[in-house]
Amino acid sequence: MTALTTPAQPSQEAGLRPVPWARMAGVTWRQHRYALAGVAAFLGALAVCLWLAGLQVHHAWAAVASACQPTASPACFDLSTSFIGTDGFLANGLILQAVPALIGAFVGAPVLARELETGTFRYTWTQGFGRWRWALAKLVLLAVPVAAATGALSVLLSWYYQPYFAPNNPALGLKEVTPFFPGLFDLRGVAFAAWTLAAFAIGALAGMLIRRVVPAIVATLAVYAGLAFAAGGFLRPHYLTPLVTSSQNVPGSAWIIGQWWTKGGTFAFAGSPPDSLFNQFCSSLPAGTFGKPSQQTAFQCLAQHGYTQWTSYQPASRFWPFQWIEGGWLLALSVLLIAATVWLVRHRAA
Amino acid sequence: MSTNVIETSGLGKRYGSTWALRECTLTVPAGHVTTLVGPNGAGKTTLLNLAVGLAAPSAGEVTVLDGRPAGSPAALDGIAFVAQDTPLYKNLSVADMIYVTRSLNRRFDRPYAEARLAELGIPLKRKAGKLSGGQQAQLALTLALARRPRLLVLDEPVAMLDPVARHDFMATVLTAAAADGVSVVLSSHVLTELERVADYLILLARGRVRLAGDIKDLLARHRRASLEELALGYLRENPAEVAK
Repeated sequence: MTALTTPAQPSQEAGLRPVPWARMAGVTWRQHRYALAGVAAFLGALAVCLWLAGLQVHHAWAAVASACQPTASPACFDLSTSFIGTDGFLANGLILQAVPALIGAFVGAPVLARELETGTFRYTWTQGFGRWRWALAKLVLLAVPVAAATGALSVLLSWYYQPYFAPNNPALGLKEVTPFFPGLFDLRGVAFAAWTLAAFAIGALAGMLIRRVVPAIVATLAVYAGLAFAAGGFLRPHYLTPLVTSSQNVPGSAWIIGQWWTKGGTFAFAGSPPDSLFNQFCSSLPAGTFGKPSQQTAFQCLAQHGYTQWTSYQPASRFWPFQWIEGGWLLALSVLLIAATVWLVRHRAA
Repeated sequence: MSTNVIETSGLGKRYGSTWALRECTLTVPAGHVTTLVGPNGAGKTTLLNLAVGLAAPSAGEVTVLDGRPAGSPAALDGIAFVAQDTPLYKNLSVADMIYVTRSLNRRFDRPYAEARLAELGIPLKRKAGKLSGGQQAQLALTLALARRPRLLVLDEPVAMLDPVARHDFMATVLTAAAADGVSVVLSSHVLTELERVADYLILLARGRVRLAGDIKDLLARHRRASLEELALGYLRENPAEVAK
């Protein structure tokens, strides 16, 4: 039998210094190298696809730009159609919305859930490093590279979608897209990395609370979807007070938040004018293409009868303020969730 | 040097409305192999979890290694714990398990660990999950001892092992206790195995301490020949305390 060399000396323990934080780097790498390699492979493959598809989009847009400006050549219409056709399934950004959720669920949720499910927390939490320090170090060491990798991918995504937001698109006869477009806003700027970080933090907390890997992954996806939906639909329009105008010429790049009508300074109705109003005041208008008066003539008619249309909107120039606001609260939320997870590791009885 | 490795006073742990352990006041002196005995559900694992800081008391208090609060950094530094079913990271190699344990502790006797695993014929490159049950238990024990703890806590260490593995495991524990002065606290319901190794007994039943003391003294006082007779005899003679 091999004997221990010397027993522990009590004098060594008098000034007990904690095990250095840096030791967790190697520990985390050894335990999570496959998960991190998986994320790298997934994001790498996605990046290659985006780059190849992006080259086509940029080519098609450059062709439109040269054919339609300064004057439209005969090829202009065909090239515009072909540009609109190149975007394919990526155009509305819906599929890419899943990327932060998947990374958060598959990397974040198992961190604590697997320890609790397999019982290895009994080994890890009784080592000299200390359990809450272990949890904090591990979550930070995984969250930072994952957020950085998705941040890098969002640079590529910004490049990919650049032609759709080009300032001279209206002059080229192309549709003007608002940078706040629901499926695209959170793929660009700092939002993409921030959403990934939030998904990771949700996953970590879900894993600690649920203590099983698969249910924790499912819960993470569900909570993330709810949060993303609520943020896009209810929070984002109100980050800054919308501008209000009675002008009919709201720029196409603006994000329309609401429209309503007033008469004589008091609220009349919201949204589009009801048919009854047209029949009352504007029944004599000439019919347009679809058997109804064109919107412009109808609105002019209502204006003559004292109605004013108001539009509240977020101008495109607010894209970056909105990115920082969304990134900021998501970062704060992630810090809070990770802090809650570490608190639970420290205080919750195993 | 320390005199008591575990001290509890009025210690209790409640899960929901059931007390897994209650009014537990005891001292476990240093330099002994202490065995924690009792029927299933007696509160053995609960007491050990409280001592290593995995669980927090619902009542009373528990300190280890002369007054260090259980679970504090100072306590964790001096205690090595091998949990029931010896949990290890199954997808890590033996070498990685050594690396992880070494990284997570202030002391780690790597030459001891590697020499011990070589003696046992456990290859460093093999994944922990691919080792036999006996080898996994030996790996967990080796990692614990290489931390050079003052107190080694083992929860049902041999329950899953075959007789040969059981014997080898206990031999390693005894060597550490005898040659290196490591205090050992282990729980088990396999009484005969413990007779040869233990010299201090704590008998638990239904969440309460029934007997505690030096085994020789207890045997003499209760006029029993063996640990098994003593424990079974006590549980049989006091059915009211033990009955569900």
